Amino acid sequence: MTPRQIFHDSDVDLGYRARWLSGRVAVYGVLLLWTLICLFPIYWTLTTSFKMAPDVMQGRLIPFVDFVPKWKGWESLGLSPRLIGQESTVREEFLKRFTNSTITALGSSALALVLGSMTAYGLSRFRYRFGFMRNPDISFFFLSQLILPPVVLALPFLVLYKQLDLLDTRIGLILLYTLTVLPIVIWIMRDQFQSIPVELEEAALVDGLSIWGAFLVIVLPIALPGMVAAFILSLVLTWNEYFFAALLTSTDAKTLPVMVASQTGSQGINWWAMAALSASAILPLIVIGIVLERFIIRGMAAGAVR
Amino acid sequence: MSEPGDLLHVVTADEISDQRRALGRVLVWGSFGLLVATFAVLGLAQADVIGLQLPNWRPALYAFLFWGTCLGISRVLLSGEQGKRSLFILPATLFVVATVIFPLIFALGIAFSNWNLSSLEGRSFNGLDNVRQMWSDPFYWNALGNMVYYTLAILVEYAIAFGLALILASNIRGRRFFRVAFLLPLMLSPVAVSWMIGKSMMEVRFGPLARLARWLGWDRPSFFGDPEIARATIMMMDAWTYIPFMMIMILAGLQAIPREIQEAARVDGAGGWRSFWEVTFPLMLPVSITAILIRVIFKLKLADIIINVTSGGPGGATDSVTSFIFREYRDRSNVGYGTLLAIVYLLLIVIAITVFMKLVDRWMNPRY
Repeated sequence: MTPRQIFHDSDVDLGYRARWLSGRVAVYGVLLLWTLICLFPIYWTLTTSFKMAPDVMQGRLIPFVDFVPKWKGWESLGLSPRLIGQESTVREEFLKRFTNSTITALGSSALALVLGSMTAYGLSRFRYRFGFMRNPDISFFFLSQLILPPVVLALPFLVLYKQLDLLDTRIGLILLYTLTVLPIVIWIMRDQFQSIPVELEEAALVDGLSIWGAFLVIVLPIALPGMVAAFILSLVLTWNEYFFAALLTSTDAKTLPVMVASQTGSQGINWWAMAALSASAILPLIVIGIVLERFIIRGMAAGAVR
Repeated sequence: MSEPGDLLHVVTADEISDQRRALGRVLVWGSFGLLVATFAVLGLAQADVIGLQLPNWRPALYAFLFWGTCLGISRVLLSGEQGKRSLFILPATLFVVATVIFPLIFALGIAFSNWNLSSLEGRSFNGLDNVRQMWSDPFYWNALGNMVYYTLAILVEYAIAFGLALILASNIRGRRFFRVAFLLPLMLSPVAVSWMIGKSMMEVRFGPLARLARWLGWDRPSFFGDPEIARATIMMMDAWTYIPFMMIMILAGLQAIPREIQEAARVDGAGGWRSFWEVTFPLMLPVSITAILIRVIFKLKLADIIINVTSGGPGGATDSVTSFIFREYRDRSNVGYGTLLAIVYLLLIVIAITVFMKLVDRWMNPRY
């Protein structure tokens, strides 16, 4: 005797199931397609840096299956297992650019973070008056720097730096980069501080701390996640900056993006070498992006939701 | 921007003695006098009035730093607790004034002069010549026109970003993986992107994108030959890097919408499409406007990709204002003319953004 089926899925429910399934397929299809669009260029760069000329020409894609990875691209930077022990002028050149980029990015982000946090804290806690300017005007004054296109400042700075003997120095770049990321830091940090209750500082003041003491000891540790977010966003922007670096540096303080750009034109096209150079320029940030993704998203979300 | 009141009330009995006050005044005016004196000496030395050979203007910088420090100290000396508060914003203010306001004023001076850095003549005031030259410079107007196109492309970017954010905010598996993957393009330097995509993947003979295009039936793919296609390609590369940015802002906004609202809409019988247009989208308007505004601001600085991939070609079809001025300087060392173009650009931006914000304000808070 066959068991009698008591409950039937009605046709409507079955149809719903099919529609749900096709919806899922579409959603994951879109997600995978966009993942491919986002990751393929990175994959292409990384693999190309291990290719030889014929591999590039024939468009081979998968290492070990389509082609045998070689260190040729990295050798042109002096960064392969064979060359790592030897003296290498290219490697020194590369490392110099890399250090320049690191120092300018870290230095300017740190400076912007210090200046920006202080300003944001002041603006979110106290009332100021500079002539006709009140708090909202001062906030606007700082945030409006964001509109300023770099090209307006570039040529005056070129002339000024020439007079001040700051052309082609790291300190000159750091000052300029600080300026470009300062509004962003202020924006993120103001949001952070406004979400911290004032009662905390009031309690600290009652306990005998000064305003600055309360700021340094009580408020800053609480705002630390926001500071990390602001710092990383500034780091990304300053590490990738090309325009000012191309105009204001020539030999000593040249940064990595300028080096990448200047290679494109010269000496034919060395696909593997270019790929290795680009890969080394993007790898630090890719690592940061993967590890600290939480903070970056938090930083960017700060402005969106109030 | 709501007015943050005097949130942190501090009442302190500041007893500032006359001596202390005098010391503060001496400090601030003394250092200011030093600053003025430094400038005067340097200016005179520059003009060969006094026989002093100075290698550069660095002393002026040091004098400015010194004055800034003294100003900070004197604030505390003069007004006690109130002065300590102003120390929070004083450093950043001095920094911005020194690095933005002063160079801008300086730029105005340069803009109306004929100054070619490669020639030995130095600077000479030439009145409105630069303006006249700009008026009849088709390439500048062309670049401005391109900027309008580039800015309009943001609407498409916005639509894509919104779609992706909706998917990411919905109930999916592996959200963290997709979020990281979608974020990565934003981390890459535009210069590397222009090499990776523009030069390598779009290489006509063997680049993977050219192969794909051929496979799709485009016989002779050339991404930068035709002006229209070249412009579209640049737009796409720029979009590729910045879509994650808009996506994340919109995602944050979506996650801040209370779930109950959407549930209420579903209970009232609104389907997916309708609840999006009548509930989610209107609620997202403020976030959308912020995201678009910031994106516009970033777009107006667009230059790196253009400089490195097409350097404005073919025939200026892809030029942005920034890349155009960059070449104007690099090829012709023409500081005066370039600065004028930049300042006109700044004025146009300020006007456009003010109008945009006013319109948005009118639209979001209608007055009947």
